[in-house]
Amino acid sequence: MNDQVDKQAQADELYAEAHYWHVNTGNETIHAKRMPGRFRNLKWGAAAVWLVFFLGPYLRWGDRQAVLFDIPDRQFHIFGITILPQDVWMLSLVLLFFAILLAVITSIAGRVFCGYFCFQTVWTDIFTWIEEKLEGAPQKRRKLDEAPWNFTKIRIKVIKHTLWILIGALTGISFTLWFGDAFEMWQGYFTLNAGAMAWGSVAVFTFFTYLFAGHMREQVCFWLCPYARIQGVMYDQETILPAYDFNRGEPRGKLKKGHIEQGKGDCIDCGQCVAVCPTGIDIRHGQQEGCITCSLCLDACDSVMDKVGRPQGLIRYASMDELEGKPALKMFQRPRVLVYLTILTLALAGIIYGLFNLSGIEVKVLHERQPLYVQQSDGSIQNKYSVKILNKTVQDQQIRLVVEGLPGLSVSGGEGSITAGKGRITSYTVFVRVPRENLKAESTPITFRIQAEGDEELTSTYTSMFIGPRR
Amino acid sequence: MSEQNNPYGAPTTGHLWDDNLAELTNQPPKWWMIGLHASWILVLLYGIAYPMWPWFGGATTGLLGWTQIGEYKQDMAAIQSVRAKYEDQLPGMSASAILADSELSEYVVRSAKVLFGDNCAACHGGGGQGNPGYPNLVDDDWLYGGDIDTIVMSIANGRMGMMPAKGGVAMTDAEIEQLATAISQGQPTSSPLFMEKACFACHGMDGKGMHALGAPNLTDAIWRFGDGSVEAIKYTIAHGVNDPSSAQTRNAVMPKFGDRLNETDIKKLAVYVSKLGAN
Repeated sequence: MNDQVDKQAQADELYAEAHYWHVNTGNETIHAKRMPGRFRNLKWGAAAVWLVFFLGPYLRWGDRQAVLFDIPDRQFHIFGITILPQDVWMLSLVLLFFAILLAVITSIAGRVFCGYFCFQTVWTDIFTWIEEKLEGAPQKRRKLDEAPWNFTKIRIKVIKHTLWILIGALTGISFTLWFGDAFEMWQGYFTLNAGAMAWGSVAVFTFFTYLFAGHMREQVCFWLCPYARIQGVMYDQETILPAYDFNRGEPRGKLKKGHIEQGKGDCIDCGQCVAVCPTGIDIRHGQQEGCITCSLCLDACDSVMDKVGRPQGLIRYASMDELEGKPALKMFQRPRVLVYLTILTLALAGIIYGLFNLSGIEVKVLHERQPLYVQQSDGSIQNKYSVKILNKTVQDQQIRLVVEGLPGLSVSGGEGSITAGKGRITSYTVFVRVPRENLKAESTPITFRIQAEGDEELTSTYTSMFIGPRR
Repeated sequence: MSEQNNPYGAPTTGHLWDDNLAELTNQPPKWWMIGLHASWILVLLYGIAYPMWPWFGGATTGLLGWTQIGEYKQDMAAIQSVRAKYEDQLPGMSASAILADSELSEYVVRSAKVLFGDNCAACHGGGGQGNPGYPNLVDDDWLYGGDIDTIVMSIANGRMGMMPAKGGVAMTDAEIEQLATAISQGQPTSSPLFMEKACFACHGMDGKGMHALGAPNLTDAIWRFGDGSVEAIKYTIAHGVNDPSSAQTRNAVMPKFGDRLNETDIKKLAVYVSKLGAN
């Protein structure tokens, strides 16, 4: 019997945390209160970054769009630079850069991306802003949700959902504008002549923007987003996060006659931090997966602290170490930060190197494998190569080819100059013949060098092999 | 069951295992149910739009009229329309004219790889490098001549050269040995037997062969059979090539492709082959 009780006690202990676990599965729409403040302004500033997404496609550079991801022609134009698939290694460095940037920022200051920059957060913010303008404060919104359908309710709801869908459509259209000429594409949308791909993208974006920002909101962060899960593991004791100073706040208690009771902490349990939270969590339970570190609770708590005459910062950006009164390492003494910064610097250096060394022309040489070599009637050995010239410049180039590396070699195919068309690969076959007695090994490196006529700078070299009979 | 295990008080099946385990019978989440219904509706719509339901004499055709073979034909038509620009010119041109046109010959070199693989590669190798007993097409030595028109003839009519065993005359083993040694050194005329046994009749006075007969050049570094060793040459002299009177004769037959391939394909192959080895 005693055993039974013990087990029960153990199980209860195991689930003790569950008393304040509120598993948010979206059964209830969270209507968060909006309060002005420092972080609110910061958030608007951060959200403004997304204006680039909407306005960027209209920038022009010469006679074309300044930034154009031309998928059918396999060319990326970024202002004066044209990037071809051959330069795609730089894209991987760009991705590495941003992945590590996310890691380093998360390690230093938590889910800054989630709280300030993420499209889910920003779009939800805009959508709920519209909702508040139309339906009023959270209390009124809840009431309206419960109210029976009448003309006013229908009118408000129709306007709201129409606006949401319009924003979704604008989001989708703006996305597609990056992949084609913006003005031509708008014309296509208005005359209903846009391509199937464009319509499809707009439809998908409209639907998911409306669904995610209008209906699912924090559910996306809770249950769909992988970053929300990944970023948590990048935290450590020194990461500063919006946190509740439990030493100062506890034991919490309601105000008595407008004053904090003797022996109680600074938290007056007013619930404002919960009321403003867009994901509906209680920050006082400590760091948790639902917290996107948007810092709106900081604004709320600060304004309350001002009112009750206590210093601000009961909820503030603080690390675990700081809250527990341990000495905190300086940012640049943290190995994690240093390692991240090193990778960041390397990736950036690679990108800059790549951008400054984008060669105008490139040569690649493929050695024919079947057969590796051919003996000719005079006993000389012939190898066959496929030469591919990539011309990344904006005009056709006349190319001369020089092959070096073996005494007495003669080249046939590709004599004189070859026209390499702009923005594409020109390939042709070259035969190299070497007298047998000049071959000292089974394979000898030989170099193919191409040179554009009239531009000394445009040159490229490739080293291939000349294969002869086994010795 | 502890209260925390079922905080919302969902209905259970009533069974209880291990003191506190129960099976809840609450509804799956709404989004999951929406997904379920969306799935079967999609299946229905798919069945209406595409062929799907078994029906008398086959299956329903679907509103879109899509068929797999139709899509295949559409794709083929698309490829053919791209190629038409070149293909339409080929039938009216001679093989040498195609070879002279750099754009057309480039097209042929790229597109005839498949034809070569289907018809030629079995004997001549995927790269035209030849195989033991089958001639190399990438070197600069040609039995019947390497100009484009001769190659067209070789493909269209086939070739079957003939070399009588022992030159059609009596030859002792010692004589064969002597002749073979001279040939392997690349100097067939250095042996008096070359004239005596009338080798010159086919291989020429200088031993450099005769294209009209397909008689190979005996002075160069290319060997039609074997590796140019004395043994291999002795075998060829002793048993001949395609000699019906010799049971162990070497076989060398290029089949006739004129009745298997159309003229355009033969022209394409001729251009492809003459571009294989710089010629």
